[in-house]
Amino acid sequence: MEMTITEKILALHAGLDHVEPGELIMAKVDLALGNDVTAPIAIDEFRRHNGKDVFDRQKVVLVPDHFTPNKDIKSAIQCKILRDFAKEKGIENYFEVGAAGIEHALLPESGLVAPGDLIIGADSHTCTYGAVGAFSTGVGSTDLAAAMMSGKAWFKVPQTIKFVYHSSSNGRLKDWVYGKDVILYTIGQIGVDGALYKAMEFTGDVIDAMNMSGRFTICNMVIEAGGKNGVVIPDTTTSNYVNQRVKRPYTVFASDKGARYENIYEYDLTNLKPQVAFPHLPENTRNIDEVGRIDIDQAFVGSCTNGWIEDLRIAASVIRGRKVNTNVRMIVIPATRKIYQQALKEGLIEAFVEAGAVFSTPTCGPCLGGHMGVLAPGERAVATTNRNFKGRMGDLRSEVYLANPAIVAASAVLGRIGSPEELGIEGGVA
Amino acid sequence: MIIRGNAHVFGNDIDTDVIIPARYLNTYDHDELAKHAMEGIESDFYKKVTKGDVIVAGSNFGSGSSREHAPIALMAVGISLVIARSFARIFYRNAFNIGLPLLEVSEDIDSIKSGTPLEVNLDTGLIKELLTNRVYKAKSVPQFMQELLSAGGLMNYMEKKIK
Ligand code: SF4
Repeated sequence: MEMTITEKILALHAGLDHVEPGELIMAKVDLALGNDVTAPIAIDEFRRHNGKDVFDRQKVVLVPDHFTPNKDIKSAIQCKILRDFAKEKGIENYFEVGAAGIEHALLPESGLVAPGDLIIGADSHTCTYGAVGAFSTGVGSTDLAAAMMSGKAWFKVPQTIKFVYHSSSNGRLKDWVYGKDVILYTIGQIGVDGALYKAMEFTGDVIDAMNMSGRFTICNMVIEAGGKNGVVIPDTTTSNYVNQRVKRPYTVFASDKGARYENIYEYDLTNLKPQVAFPHLPENTRNIDEVGRIDIDQAFVGSCTNGWIEDLRIAASVIRGRKVNTNVRMIVIPATRKIYQQALKEGLIEAFVEAGAVFSTPTCGPCLGGHMGVLAPGERAVATTNRNFKGRMGDLRSEVYLANPAIVAASAVLGRIGSPEELGIEGGVA
Repeated sequence: MIIRGNAHVFGNDIDTDVIIPARYLNTYDHDELAKHAMEGIESDFYKKVTKGDVIVAGSNFGSGSSREHAPIALMAVGISLVIARSFARIFYRNAFNIGLPLLEVSEDIDSIKSGTPLEVNLDTGLIKELLTNRVYKAKSVPQFMQELLSAGGLMNYMEKKIK
């Protein structure tokens, strides 16, 4: 029986030859992740139900990243719960502040996620790791507690939607157009519940030509379309990335030719322009040239969506030698320590600071209105993040516009949402 | 199981930042979360809820983050059931995992007004407006979810399984 990559990974981990969409299964997990927001509840549950050892000390990952370095006493207590639990249970993959970073960049970078894995994380953007050809999905704290105890989780096998992206220039996108624009455009087309409960499989020459950071960005935002998981079938780009990091054997799966899809969407992205998602839903997308005049107070480059080194390079290429508009606060946050070090080496930090931006150590920070850049009533931000819900970055009357790092950097200079082309910069950085 | 309570009606795409804004996630104290339940759309919601009340909403209820604080806040404030056109998937599993029942209704439920007293039979999926006697039928709750509810959530369920 022919299956999709998602069905194959689920079947393997459930010990079955075959699974059908809609079927409920209990499956073994290769990794269970929690953070400073979700893990304390899971740990509490684990203890209340007399949990002794975690199912595997190498397969539980705890990352304090949301409110770290501890922003207040309450968050300090939450982080302490993680730290104490990690010590007590001998959890090997606990990342202390100096080593930590945003979980969804940190795990791939640390070689903890591999093709063919089944990964759950008590964080909705756990779907990011589908970019390496894994089945990876966000769950809640109780799921994490149960998985820490038993090494298992329950799933309803999702139907799969296939997305095929073409461009007539061998999969290349226009200047200043990236994975972020592909996924924003897609969500604009299908809506925030367009893939509810479904797997989203990304294919086509645009994906083939895309680097890993672009693929991570795309898979990161499947949850913004309601999706259960996003997945890219591994190719040489994947293996080049994974083989430098993963130190264990893994299995590469692909979808069978005759695999069944709930739907197939094909898009010609040859002329795709940078996309901007207007408040308060990621589906409210417009082309950059249809934005009109939107003055901004804050420009933020960072998060698990666009805090990769490639994103910082793009933003730096726009900002270098220019000044952040006097009406704008620009905040740049690399997703991990390694990215931070790389940015330092390449002189990117210098470029940002010189231009008048602030550059922080890794944290989720402003992405969820936590700290490091919270918005006041009536303020507007343009951000490389993934959610522009009401109040996401601060007060309920503030607004968030989502865009790629080139647009955010150009907007920081312009004082309103705009593109690098308006600054007379030619040729996009890949 | 029969649930009786007044309806609190909301629209489509009620996300987790609305149900419990992220700034309150630095704690999971249930009483504290209850005070901020639905604060993103209705301040002082907790003052308007009587224990046992029911939320009635449109499509994609609970979209956004995986925070279990969302169903916890609703339960803690006294909500006994959420009825919606559809649910976001992580919210769906979180709710059943902690023992908060959800009902999906494909019929038009827009005519249910806030404050309307409802009587819901979870086993049959029948929702009755007590003032008009109008009845709506929800999709049946999958067997596994019923088992989770009757066990009192996933952890109790797993404990039983392991034993
Ligand atoms: S960066 Fe934002 S979206 Fe990503 S894990 Fe952190 S809070 Fe969530």
